[in-house]
Amino acid sequence: MQITDFNPNIVAFCCNWCSYAGADLAGTSRLQYPVQVRIIKVPCSCRVDPLFILRAFQRGADGVAVCGCHPGDCHYATGNYYTRRRMALLHNMLDFMGIERDRMLLQWVSAAEGAKFAKTMTDFVENIHMLGKNTRLADWRVVNAGNNETES
Amino acid sequence: MLEIMKQRAKELLESGRVVRVLGWQRGDFPNLREPVFFTTAKQLDNLEYDRFCAANLSKYLIGTDVPTLAFLKPCDTYSLNQLVKERQINRQMTYIIGIGCEGSAKLTDMEENGTLERCLVCTKTVHAAFDELIGEDAAPREKNDRFAGVGEIEAMEIAARYTFWQDHLARCIRCNACRNICPVCHCKKCVFDNTKYDTAQRANASAFEEQMFHIIRAYHVAGRCTDCGECNRACPQAIPLHLLNRKLISDINHMFGEYQAGTDTETPGPLTNFDIEMDKEVGL
Ligand code: SF4
Ligand code: SF4
Repeated sequence: MQITDFNPNIVAFCCNWCSYAGADLAGTSRLQYPVQVRIIKVPCSCRVDPLFILRAFQRGADGVAVCGCHPGDCHYATGNYYTRRRMALLHNMLDFMGIERDRMLLQWVSAAEGAKFAKTMTDFVENIHMLGKNTRLADWRVVNAGNNETES
Repeated sequence: MLEIMKQRAKELLESGRVVRVLGWQRGDFPNLREPVFFTTAKQLDNLEYDRFCAANLSKYLIGTDVPTLAFLKPCDTYSLNQLVKERQINRQMTYIIGIGCEGSAKLTDMEENGTLERCLVCTKTVHAAFDELIGEDAAPREKNDRFAGVGEIEAMEIAARYTFWQDHLARCIRCNACRNICPVCHCKKCVFDNTKYDTAQRANASAFEEQMFHIIRAYHVAGRCTDCGECNRACPQAIPLHLLNRKLISDINHMFGEYQAGTDTETPGPLTNFDIEMDKEVGL
Protein backbone atom coordinates (compact mmCIF):
# COMPACT_ATOMS: atom_id res chain seq x y z
CA MET A 1 0.00 0.00 0.00
CA GLN A 2 1.35 3.38 -0.89
CA ILE A 3 1.25 6.12 1.67
CA THR A 4 -0.78 8.32 -0.70
CA ASP A 5 -3.62 5.81 -0.62
CA PHE A 6 -3.74 5.94 3.11
CA ASN A 7 -6.93 7.47 4.38
CA PRO A 8 -6.73 7.38 8.16
CA ASN A 9 -9.72 6.72 10.34
CA ILE A 10 -9.82 9.04 13.30
CA VAL A 11 -12.15 8.78 16.26
CA ALA A 12 -12.56 11.80 18.50
CA PHE A 13 -14.31 11.47 21.84
CA CYS A 14 -15.66 14.93 22.63
CA CYS A 15 -17.27 15.98 25.85
CA ASN A 16 -20.78 17.28 25.56
CA TRP A 17 -20.15 20.62 27.25
CA CYS A 18 -16.99 22.01 25.70
CA SER A 19 -15.32 20.08 22.92
CA TYR A 20 -18.47 18.90 21.19
CA ALA A 21 -19.70 22.49 21.19
CA GLY A 22 -16.25 23.52 19.97
CA ALA A 23 -16.56 21.10 17.06
CA ASP A 24 -20.00 22.52 16.39
CA LEU A 25 -18.58 26.01 16.34
CA ALA A 26 -15.90 24.91 13.89
CA GLY A 27 -18.72 23.69 11.68
CA THR A 28 -20.94 26.74 11.93
CA SER A 29 -17.91 28.98 11.37
CA ARG A 30 -17.24 26.95 8.23
CA LEU A 31 -13.74 26.03 9.30
CA GLN A 32 -12.32 23.12 7.40
CA TYR A 33 -11.11 20.09 9.28
CA PRO A 34 -10.39 16.61 7.93
CA VAL A 35 -13.45 14.58 7.02
CA GLN A 36 -11.87 11.42 8.45
CA VAL A 37 -12.55 12.60 11.98
CA ARG A 38 -15.60 10.83 13.43
CA ILE A 39 -16.85 12.46 16.57
CA ILE A 40 -18.38 10.51 19.42
CA LYS A 41 -20.12 12.58 22.05
CA VAL A 42 -19.55 11.65 25.68
CA PRO A 43 -20.94 13.40 28.74
CA CYS A 44 -17.47 14.16 30.06
CA SER A 45 -13.94 13.30 29.02
CA CYS A 46 -13.84 11.36 32.27
CA ARG A 47 -16.43 8.98 30.80
CA VAL A 48 -13.90 7.66 28.31
CA ASP A 49 -13.00 4.19 29.47
CA PRO A 50 -9.62 3.04 28.11
CA LEU A 51 -11.55 0.14 26.67
CA PHE A 52 -13.38 2.57 24.33
CA ILE A 53 -10.05 3.73 23.01
CA LEU A 54 -8.70 0.24 22.52
CA ARG A 55 -11.95 -0.87 20.90
CA ALA A 56 -11.75 2.01 18.46
CA PHE A 57 -8.25 0.93 17.52
CA GLN A 58 -9.40 -2.63 17.14
CA ARG A 59 -12.23 -1.66 14.83
CA GLY A 60 -9.81 0.08 12.52
CA ALA A 61 -9.14 3.53 13.92
CA ASP A 62 -5.67 4.80 13.15
CA GLY A 63 -5.80 7.54 15.74
CA VAL A 64 -7.98 8.29 18.74
CA ALA A 65 -8.42 11.72 20.27
CA VAL A 66 -10.00 12.54 23.60
CA CYS A 67 -11.17 16.11 23.98
CA GLY A 68 -12.63 17.77 27.02
CA CYS A 69 -13.08 21.08 28.79
CA HIS A 70 -10.00 22.91 29.94
CA PRO A 71 -8.91 21.89 33.43
CA GLY A 72 -10.86 24.03 35.83
CA ASP A 73 -13.77 24.41 33.42
CA CYS A 74 -15.24 20.92 33.65
CA HIS A 75 -19.02 21.00 33.66
CA TYR A 76 -18.88 18.50 36.50
CA ALA A 77 -16.17 20.53 38.20
CA THR A 78 -13.44 17.90 38.44
CA GLY A 79 -13.95 15.21 35.79
CA ASN A 80 -11.07 16.21 33.57
CA TYR A 81 -8.60 16.25 36.45
CA TYR A 82 -9.16 12.50 36.70
CA THR A 83 -9.09 12.13 32.93
CA ARG A 84 -5.66 13.60 32.56
CA ARG A 85 -4.17 11.38 35.25
CA ARG A 86 -5.70 8.30 33.67
CA MET A 87 -4.80 9.20 30.13
CA ALA A 88 -1.20 9.91 31.11
CA LEU A 89 -0.97 6.38 32.45
CA LEU A 90 -2.65 4.87 29.40
CA HIS A 91 -0.35 6.80 27.10
CA ASN A 92 2.70 5.45 28.89
CA MET A 93 1.24 1.98 28.99
CA LEU A 94 0.69 1.86 25.22
CA ASP A 95 4.17 3.19 24.69
CA PHE A 96 5.53 0.54 27.04
CA MET A 97 3.87 -2.15 24.97
CA GLY A 98 5.38 -0.82 21.78
CA ILE A 99 2.42 1.08 20.41
CA GLU A 100 3.18 4.54 19.05
CA ARG A 101 2.10 7.03 21.69
CA ASP A 102 1.18 9.64 19.07
CA ARG A 103 -1.77 7.57 17.98
CA MET A 104 -3.56 8.84 21.01
CA LEU A 105 -4.21 12.48 21.72
CA LEU A 106 -5.59 14.27 24.72
CA GLN A 107 -6.53 17.88 24.07
CA TRP A 108 -8.61 20.49 25.86
CA VAL A 109 -10.99 22.41 23.60
CA SER A 110 -13.55 24.85 24.95
CA ALA A 111 -16.92 25.65 23.40
CA ALA A 112 -15.47 28.92 22.12
CA GLU A 113 -12.48 27.31 20.44
CA GLY A 114 -13.83 26.23 17.06
CA ALA A 115 -10.59 27.23 15.41
CA LYS A 116 -8.53 25.28 17.93
CA PHE A 117 -10.66 22.21 17.33
CA ALA A 118 -10.14 22.43 13.58
CA LYS A 119 -6.41 22.98 13.97
CA THR A 120 -6.02 20.19 16.50
CA MET A 121 -7.75 17.73 14.21
CA THR A 122 -5.84 18.86 11.12
CA ASP A 123 -2.52 18.44 12.93
CA PHE A 124 -3.55 15.13 14.42
CA VAL A 125 -4.57 13.69 11.05
CA GLU A 126 -1.28 14.87 9.60
CA ASN A 127 0.59 13.11 12.38
CA ILE A 128 -1.33 9.92 11.82
CA HIS A 129 -0.54 10.19 8.13
CA MET A 130 3.11 10.15 9.03
CA LEU A 131 2.71 7.21 11.38
CA GLY A 132 0.86 5.22 8.76
CA LYS A 133 -1.79 2.63 9.21
CA ASN A 134 -2.44 1.20 12.65
CA THR A 135 -1.40 -2.41 12.40
CA ARG A 136 -0.23 -2.98 15.93
CA LEU A 137 -3.55 -2.61 17.66
CA ALA A 138 -5.95 -3.60 14.94
CA ASP A 139 -7.98 -6.77 14.87
CA TRP A 140 -7.09 -7.84 11.36
CA ARG A 141 -10.18 -9.89 10.74
CA VAL A 142 -12.51 -7.02 11.54
CA VAL A 143 -10.58 -4.46 9.55
CA ASN A 144 -10.46 -6.68 6.48
CA ALA A 145 -14.08 -7.71 6.67
CA GLY A 146 -15.41 -4.28 7.48
CA ASN A 147 -14.25 -2.33 4.43
CA ASN A 148 -12.44 -2.72 1.19
CA GLU A 149 -9.07 -1.52 2.35
CA THR A 150 -6.94 -4.58 2.02
CA GLU A 151 -3.68 -4.99 3.77
CA SER A 152 -0.76 -5.59 1.51
CA MET B 1 5.19 -21.77 64.95
CA LEU B 2 2.61 -23.95 63.23
CA GLU B 3 1.71 -25.43 66.60
CA ILE B 4 1.11 -21.97 68.07
CA MET B 5 -1.02 -21.08 65.05
CA LYS B 6 -3.14 -24.19 65.49
CA GLN B 7 -3.48 -23.60 69.19
CA ARG B 8 -4.54 -19.97 68.84
CA ALA B 9 -6.99 -20.87 66.08
CA LYS B 10 -8.54 -23.56 68.25
CA GLU B 11 -8.82 -21.20 71.20
CA LEU B 12 -10.50 -18.50 69.16
CA LEU B 13 -12.83 -21.02 67.56
CA GLU B 14 -13.77 -22.58 70.88
CA SER B 15 -14.29 -19.24 72.60
CA GLY B 16 -16.72 -18.31 69.85
CA ARG B 17 -14.73 -15.22 68.87
CA VAL B 18 -14.67 -16.59 65.33
CA VAL B 19 -16.77 -19.25 63.64
CA ARG B 20 -14.33 -20.24 60.93
CA VAL B 21 -10.65 -20.14 60.22
CA LEU B 22 -9.09 -19.35 56.88
CA GLY B 23 -5.77 -21.03 56.29
CA TRP B 24 -4.02 -23.59 54.11
CA GLN B 25 -3.99 -27.34 53.96
CA ARG B 26 -2.10 -29.91 51.91
CA GLY B 27 -3.36 -30.26 48.36
CA ASP B 28 -3.20 -33.12 45.91
CA PHE B 29 0.37 -32.50 44.80
CA PRO B 30 3.45 -32.62 47.01
CA ASN B 31 3.98 -28.90 47.36
CA LEU B 32 0.46 -27.74 46.79
CA ARG B 33 -1.06 -25.85 49.70
CA GLU B 34 -4.66 -24.93 49.12
CA PRO B 35 -6.67 -22.24 50.85
CA VAL B 36 -9.41 -23.67 53.04
CA PHE B 37 -11.97 -22.66 55.65
CA PHE B 38 -11.79 -24.71 58.85
CA THR B 39 -14.85 -24.80 61.06
CA THR B 40 -13.91 -27.33 63.76
CA ALA B 41 -10.93 -27.84 66.03
CA LYS B 42 -10.45 -31.30 64.57
CA GLN B 43 -10.13 -29.98 61.03
CA LEU B 44 -7.52 -27.53 62.27
CA ASP B 45 -5.10 -30.40 62.72
CA ASN B 46 -4.69 -30.21 58.95
CA LEU B 47 -3.57 -26.58 59.00
CA GLU B 48 -0.28 -26.09 57.20
CA TYR B 49 2.13 -23.23 57.08
CA ASP B 50 5.38 -23.35 55.19
CA ARG B 51 7.09 -21.73 52.23
CA PHE B 52 4.58 -23.21 49.82
CA CYS B 53 1.67 -21.36 51.43
CA ALA B 54 2.04 -18.59 48.90
CA ALA B 55 -1.67 -18.04 48.30
CA ASN B 56 -2.86 -14.61 49.39
CA LEU B 57 -5.92 -15.34 51.51
CA SER B 58 -7.31 -11.80 51.56
CA LYS B 59 -9.54 -12.32 48.58
CA TYR B 60 -11.43 -15.10 50.34
CA LEU B 61 -12.51 -12.60 52.99
CA ILE B 62 -14.53 -10.54 50.52
CA GLY B 63 -18.09 -10.23 51.71
CA THR B 64 -17.55 -12.35 54.79
CA ASP B 65 -20.50 -11.90 57.12
CA VAL B 66 -19.45 -14.28 59.88
CA PRO B 67 -16.50 -13.69 62.21
CA THR B 68 -13.55 -15.24 60.42
CA LEU B 69 -10.00 -15.75 61.52
CA ALA B 70 -7.46 -15.42 58.74
CA PHE B 71 -3.73 -16.01 58.74
CA LEU B 72 -2.06 -13.35 56.66
CA LYS B 73 1.54 -12.91 55.64
CA PRO B 74 2.85 -9.34 55.71
CA CYS B 75 2.22 -8.63 52.01
CA ASP B 76 -1.28 -10.14 52.21
CA THR B 77 -2.32 -7.55 54.76
CA TYR B 78 -1.86 -4.83 52.16
CA SER B 79 -4.47 -6.53 50.02
CA LEU B 80 -6.70 -6.74 53.08
CA ASN B 81 -6.37 -3.02 53.70
CA GLN B 82 -7.06 -2.22 50.09
CA LEU B 83 -10.21 -4.34 50.16
CA VAL B 84 -11.35 -2.74 53.41
CA LYS B 85 -10.79 0.64 51.78
CA GLU B 86 -12.89 -0.42 48.82
CA ARG B 87 -15.60 -1.63 51.22
CA GLN B 88 -15.33 -5.21 50.08
CA ILE B 89 -14.32 -6.59 53.44
CA ASN B 90 -15.95 -5.73 56.71
CA ARG B 91 -12.94 -5.53 59.01
CA GLN B 92 -15.19 -6.07 62.06
CA MET B 93 -15.97 -9.53 60.75
CA THR B 94 -12.35 -10.51 60.51
CA TYR B 95 -9.74 -11.46 63.05
CA ILE B 96 -6.30 -11.25 61.53
CA ILE B 97 -3.35 -13.18 62.84
CA GLY B 98 -0.27 -11.82 61.17
CA ILE B 99 2.29 -14.53 60.58
CA GLY B 100 5.97 -14.13 59.88
CA CYS B 101 7.21 -14.81 56.39
CA GLU B 102 10.61 -15.57 55.00
CA GLY B 103 9.57 -15.64 51.38
CA SER B 104 7.33 -18.08 49.57
CA ALA B 105 8.38 -20.73 47.12
CA LYS B 106 7.20 -21.71 43.69
CA LEU B 107 4.93 -24.70 43.62
CA THR B 108 7.16 -26.60 41.27
CA ASP B 109 10.39 -26.01 43.13
CA MET B 110 11.55 -28.65 45.53
CA GLU B 111 14.82 -26.88 46.09
CA GLU B 112 15.65 -24.19 48.57
CA ASN B 113 16.35 -21.63 45.87
CA GLY B 114 12.90 -21.65 44.33
CA THR B 115 11.82 -18.39 45.92
CA LEU B 116 9.12 -16.45 44.11
CA GLU B 117 10.22 -13.38 42.19
CA ARG B 118 7.93 -11.21 44.28
CA CYS B 119 9.65 -12.33 47.47
CA LEU B 120 13.09 -11.48 46.16
CA VAL B 121 12.06 -7.86 45.69
CA CYS B 122 9.58 -7.67 48.57
CA THR B 123 9.19 -4.28 50.20
CA LYS B 124 6.16 -5.18 52.29
CA THR B 125 7.86 -7.16 55.03
CA VAL B 126 5.92 -5.59 57.90
CA HIS B 127 2.25 -6.29 58.54
CA ALA B 128 0.03 -3.37 57.63
CA ALA B 129 -2.92 -4.69 59.64
CA PHE B 130 -3.31 -7.39 62.28
CA ASP B 131 -5.03 -8.24 65.53
CA GLU B 132 -2.16 -10.30 66.81
CA LEU B 133 1.17 -11.49 65.50
CA ILE B 134 2.81 -14.90 65.51
CA GLY B 135 6.37 -15.30 64.37
CA GLU B 136 9.00 -12.88 63.23
CA ASP B 137 8.91 -10.65 60.18
CA ALA B 138 11.87 -11.18 57.94
CA ALA B 139 14.31 -8.39 57.22
CA PRO B 140 13.42 -6.11 54.30
CA ARG B 141 14.70 -7.38 50.98
CA GLU B 142 14.72 -4.01 49.27
CA LYS B 143 18.19 -4.50 47.91
CA ASN B 144 16.67 -5.99 44.80
CA ASP B 145 15.06 -3.26 42.74
CA ARG B 146 11.57 -4.32 41.76
CA PHE B 147 11.50 -1.80 38.93
CA ALA B 148 14.66 -3.07 37.25
CA GLY B 149 12.70 -5.18 34.75
CA VAL B 150 10.51 -2.23 33.86
CA GLY B 151 13.56 -0.08 33.23
CA GLU B 152 15.04 -2.69 30.91
CA ILE B 153 11.96 -2.67 28.73
CA GLU B 154 11.71 1.12 28.75
CA ALA B 155 15.27 1.25 27.45
CA MET B 156 14.38 -0.88 24.41
CA GLU B 157 13.47 0.45 20.99
CA ILE B 158 9.74 0.71 20.40
CA ALA B 159 9.73 -2.14 17.87
CA ALA B 160 11.60 -4.36 20.31
CA ARG B 161 9.10 -3.53 23.02
CA TYR B 162 6.29 -4.52 20.71
CA THR B 163 7.89 -7.86 19.86
CA PHE B 164 8.76 -8.49 23.48
CA TRP B 165 5.12 -8.23 24.51
CA GLN B 166 3.81 -9.92 21.42
CA ASP B 167 6.03 -12.93 22.13
CA HIS B 168 4.93 -13.14 25.73
CA LEU B 169 1.26 -12.40 25.28
CA ALA B 170 0.91 -14.79 22.36
CA ARG B 171 1.28 -17.57 24.91
CA CYS B 172 -1.72 -16.41 26.92
CA ILE B 173 -4.51 -18.96 26.88
CA ARG B 174 -7.04 -16.60 28.45
CA CYS B 175 -7.61 -18.90 31.37
CA ASN B 176 -8.36 -15.76 33.39
CA ALA B 177 -6.39 -17.10 36.34
CA CYS B 178 -4.53 -13.82 36.70
CA ARG B 179 -7.79 -11.96 36.95
CA ASN B 180 -9.51 -14.45 39.21
CA ILE B 181 -6.73 -14.63 41.74
CA CYS B 182 -6.15 -10.90 42.01
CA PRO B 183 -7.47 -9.66 45.37
CA VAL B 184 -8.40 -6.25 44.01
CA CYS B 185 -10.12 -7.65 40.90
CA HIS B 186 -13.46 -8.05 42.60
CA CYS B 187 -16.11 -6.66 40.25
CA LYS B 188 -19.25 -8.78 40.39
CA LYS B 189 -19.50 -8.59 36.63
CA CYS B 190 -16.15 -8.31 34.93
CA VAL B 191 -15.99 -6.52 31.61
CA PHE B 192 -14.30 -9.61 30.24
CA ASP B 193 -17.35 -11.71 31.09
CA ASN B 194 -19.71 -9.29 29.45
CA THR B 195 -21.05 -10.83 26.29
CA LYS B 196 -22.20 -7.43 25.05
CA TYR B 197 -18.59 -6.32 24.87
CA ASP B 198 -17.67 -9.50 22.99
CA THR B 199 -14.53 -9.74 25.04
CA ALA B 200 -15.71 -12.72 27.03
CA GLN B 201 -13.60 -15.83 27.21
CA ARG B 202 -11.84 -15.40 23.94
CA ALA B 203 -8.81 -17.58 23.89
CA ASN B 204 -6.29 -16.27 21.40
CA ALA B 205 -9.06 -14.91 19.22
CA SER B 206 -6.65 -12.41 17.77
CA ALA B 207 -3.42 -10.72 18.64
CA PHE B 208 -5.43 -7.73 19.64
CA GLU B 209 -7.53 -9.57 22.18
CA GLU B 210 -4.41 -10.50 24.05
CA GLN B 211 -3.08 -7.01 24.13
CA MET B 212 -6.38 -5.56 25.10
CA PHE B 213 -7.01 -8.07 27.84
CA HIS B 214 -3.62 -7.41 29.32
CA ILE B 215 -3.73 -3.65 29.02
CA ILE B 216 -7.15 -3.55 30.62
CA ARG B 217 -6.40 -6.13 33.28
CA ALA B 218 -3.41 -4.15 34.45
CA TYR B 219 -5.09 -0.81 33.96
CA HIS B 220 -8.23 -1.66 35.90
CA VAL B 221 -6.14 -2.30 38.99
CA ALA B 222 -3.88 0.73 38.47
CA GLY B 223 -3.49 2.58 41.73
CA ARG B 224 -5.03 -0.36 43.59
CA CYS B 225 -2.55 -3.11 42.78
CA THR B 226 -0.53 -3.82 45.89
CA ASP B 227 2.09 -5.67 43.85
CA CYS B 228 1.25 -8.83 45.75
CA GLY B 229 2.47 -10.89 42.80
CA GLU B 230 -0.40 -13.35 42.80
CA CYS B 231 -1.20 -12.84 39.11
CA ASN B 232 2.34 -13.70 38.26
CA ARG B 233 2.32 -16.79 40.44
CA ALA B 234 -0.99 -18.04 39.05
CA CYS B 235 -0.16 -17.71 35.37
CA PRO B 236 0.34 -21.17 33.91
CA GLN B 237 2.11 -19.66 30.92
CA ALA B 238 4.76 -17.80 32.89
CA ILE B 239 3.85 -14.45 31.39
CA PRO B 240 5.69 -11.64 33.23
CA LEU B 241 2.53 -9.87 34.34
CA HIS B 242 4.37 -8.13 37.15
CA LEU B 243 6.09 -5.96 34.54
CA LEU B 244 2.78 -4.50 33.42
CA ASN B 245 1.65 -3.84 36.98
CA ARG B 246 4.96 -2.36 37.99
CA LYS B 247 5.08 -0.11 34.95
CA LEU B 248 1.86 1.47 36.20
CA ILE B 249 3.13 1.59 39.78
CA SER B 250 6.38 3.21 38.73
CA ASP B 251 4.56 5.79 36.59
CA ILE B 252 2.23 6.57 39.47
CA ASN B 253 5.21 6.96 41.80
CA HIS B 254 6.94 9.30 39.38
CA MET B 255 3.98 11.40 38.40
CA PHE B 256 1.66 11.45 41.37
CA GLY B 257 4.02 10.80 44.25
CA GLU B 258 5.18 7.61 45.94
CA TYR B 259 2.23 5.40 46.62
CA GLN B 260 1.87 1.90 47.99
CA ALA B 261 -1.69 0.59 47.77
CA GLY B 262 -2.98 -0.99 50.95
CA THR B 263 -0.72 0.83 53.38
CA ASP B 264 -3.82 2.03 55.19
CA THR B 265 -7.58 2.00 54.74
CA GLU B 266 -8.22 5.73 54.24
CA THR B 267 -5.83 7.49 51.86
CA PRO B 268 -7.52 8.04 48.48
CA GLY B 269 -5.83 6.23 45.62
CA PRO B 270 -3.88 8.17 43.00
CA LEU B 271 -6.53 7.72 40.33
CA THR B 272 -9.49 8.57 42.52
CA ASN B 273 -7.80 11.74 43.57
CA PHE B 274 -5.87 14.62 42.03
CA ASP B 275 -3.55 17.36 43.11
CA ILE B 276 -3.70 20.36 40.82
CA GLU B 277 -0.29 21.69 41.81
CA MET B 278 1.47 18.36 41.54
CA ASP B 279 -0.18 17.58 38.22
CA LYS B 280 0.96 20.93 36.89
CA GLU B 281 4.53 20.12 37.85
CA VAL B 282 4.58 16.90 35.87
CA GLY B 283 3.14 18.71 32.89
CA LEU B 284 -0.39 17.31 32.77
S1 SF4 C 1 0.17 -8.05 41.85
FE1 SF4 C 1 -1.35 -8.97 40.45
S2 SF4 C 1 -2.74 -10.16 41.78
FE2 SF4 C 1 -1.58 -8.74 43.11
S3 SF4 C 1 -2.88 -6.90 43.31
FE3 SF4 C 1 -1.45 -6.54 41.60
S4 SF4 C 1 -2.58 -7.18 39.77
FE4 SF4 C 1 -3.63 -8.09 41.53
S1 SF4 D 1 -3.02 -16.35 33.97
FE1 SF4 D 1 -1.58 -16.20 32.26
S2 SF4 D 1 -2.43 -17.52 30.63
FE2 SF4 D 1 -4.08 -17.15 32.12
S3 SF4 D 1 -5.18 -15.36 31.31
FE3 SF4 D 1 -3.63 -14.57 32.74
S4 SF4 D 1 -1.84 -14.12 31.48
FE4 SF4 D 1 -3.19 -15.45 30.26
